[in-house]
Amino acid sequence: MRFTEHPILDFERVRGREVTIYFEGKPIKAYEGETIATALHAAGIRIFQHSTKKHRPRGLFCAIGKCSSCLMKVNGIPNVRTCITLVEEGMQIERQDEKPVLPKTSKPPKWKEPPRIEADVVVIGGGPAGMMAAINASDAGAKVVLLDENPMLGGQLVKQTHKFFGKREQFAGVRGIKIAEILSEELKKRDIEVFLETSAIMLLQDGDEKLVVGVRKNKELVEFKGKTVVVATGAMERMIPFENNDLPGVYGAGAIQTLMNTYGVKPGDRVLIVGAGNVGLILAYQLYQAGVKVEAIVEAMPKIGGYFVHAAKVRRLGIPILTRHTILRAEGKEKVERAVVAQLDENWNVVPGSEKVFEVDVIALAVGLRPSIELLHQIGCQIKYVPELGGHVVIRDSRMETTIKGIFVAGDSAEIEEATTAMLEGKIAGISAALAAGVASPGWLKEVEKTQRELEEFRSGPFGRKVLEGLKKVVVE
Amino acid sequence: MNEIPHYLREGYLTVEELKKYIGLPSEERLRQRPVAVPECPQEIPCTPCKEVCPTNAVLMEHPNAVPIVDYEKCIGCSLCVQICPGLAFFMVHYIGDKARVTMPHEVLPVPEVGEEVILLNRVGEEVGTGKVVTVIPREKSKGDTPIITVEMPIELAWEVRAVKVVRE
Repeated sequence: MRFTEHPILDFERVRGREVTIYFEGKPIKAYEGETIATALHAAGIRIFQHSTKKHRPRGLFCAIGKCSSCLMKVNGIPNVRTCITLVEEGMQIERQDEKPVLPKTSKPPKWKEPPRIEADVVVIGGGPAGMMAAINASDAGAKVVLLDENPMLGGQLVKQTHKFFGKREQFAGVRGIKIAEILSEELKKRDIEVFLETSAIMLLQDGDEKLVVGVRKNKELVEFKGKTVVVATGAMERMIPFENNDLPGVYGAGAIQTLMNTYGVKPGDRVLIVGAGNVGLILAYQLYQAGVKVEAIVEAMPKIGGYFVHAAKVRRLGIPILTRHTILRAEGKEKVERAVVAQLDENWNVVPGSEKVFEVDVIALAVGLRPSIELLHQIGCQIKYVPELGGHVVIRDSRMETTIKGIFVAGDSAEIEEATTAMLEGKIAGISAALAAGVASPGWLKEVEKTQRELEEFRSGPFGRKVLEGLKKVVVE
Repeated sequence: MNEIPHYLREGYLTVEELKKYIGLPSEERLRQRPVAVPECPQEIPCTPCKEVCPTNAVLMEHPNAVPIVDYEKCIGCSLCVQICPGLAFFMVHYIGDKARVTMPHEVLPVPEVGEEVILLNRVGEEVGTGKVVTVIPREKSKGDTPIITVEMPIELAWEVRAVKVVRE
């Protein structure tokens, strides 16, 4: 299931030293730098656990540490997120089939004062918004620290092989993977301290300052203290209800991109994509580039939701797009073997007799995202449900400051949009956080205003309308 | 509710839609030298084609506007085909009873000059064979996208928008 030939990517360059891990006692070849879930997929293992009550098989779904579908027992410890945990020589991996318990021999960790990292601005999340926030806060004069729970910087940019839209000064015409490299380099140049594989589990007010509690590599407690914080924690893939939607082989679109574009592992042989927004359309093209057959894209709406040009790219390669169609069910014993779709009428009812069966081993859900606002919620930021922005989002002002002074938000965790706007918002939030920390000169306000105008211009077309409607409901002065 | 245009229901432009929304160059212009045609009928926030054009032949009133090519100003340099993030720019050139179509090609294998390839229309159907006459590899392309020029019967010039390379 591994592949090497790709028109855009070079996997030989990224694959590290070969190591051996053990799945249920059997040795599996893996490469340093890849996750446990990737290595298992490359070896054809898709069932990672069984649900505790009904014993239903479960596999990878989000691949970015946000759902619980990939939890397994690693070296005896249960509930390890195998999608963001890197392989190590000799690792013992087991399926998690019962209610997880810690091994009897394991003891609670001894209490000791955790290391405390101090900065002016703490940035949570190393995707496009977080990296831009960190770079710009640093340029404005702040000491910045950034943490991310993934093993590499870049967020979802690291799997975007397509070229970005917008203006050239906003990276238009540059591939997402390249933008991730450029921004990582910029972070390095600025001496911004980066903590990878570090999950932010708490966000607290600590006197006049903020405290972020992190856990590094699943074990070590690390505290980050900052005058201000930028939360750029991204989004979580949505699931839609249909029969057997928990079967291994039903993936979020992003999980397939991770397997295929970050690690060079095919998710399967034949794919049905649900959703013809930009994510679904781009995924179809990327699957074709990786040599995987896409049987069809189904879309419940009467028209293609993503950019027409993305649709045209996949149509001319022979991939059908069925608008006004939905998925009825997945079929298969322990994993996806078929998908059944049907046409919808104008009242969203299934047209009798319109069922079609696709022989696929992968169903990719590209049905939207919801903002990851857990930390903002926990510290008490005011929240509102705004469907135009992807669900529950935080109230903020035009400089991305939430209702809690000193807590800023940017990117998909602020509202579901796209990477170019996430970068612009990150810039606004980063500079504003440095200003609020009292370390940036007031002259930086001009840069904030300039970026606000760029954002406004980007959103001024038909594709920005929905977001602008939503923002009216959450942006306060 | 407004009628949803065919291209947004189906994901491709018909030649009639191309004429209606984009407008085609004249036969005379098509015979002079290659000319860029943007198959980009929808307003999206995107401007590299305008920014890269050396003769300001791509007109766009604002960053969300649909690009309009001044076919007389276009010199057929192919930079827009190379840079377009949506892979929506093509060039067409008529020579005798043949047409040469320049298109992005981001899939493997990349054909070689002189190689015969299968021609695909806008819905991926095989409509004939053509011969590759130029290849700009990825590393030489301004937009990191390989572009190829394929010679084909003139009647296919407005049908073919991709190729398949079949090797034994």
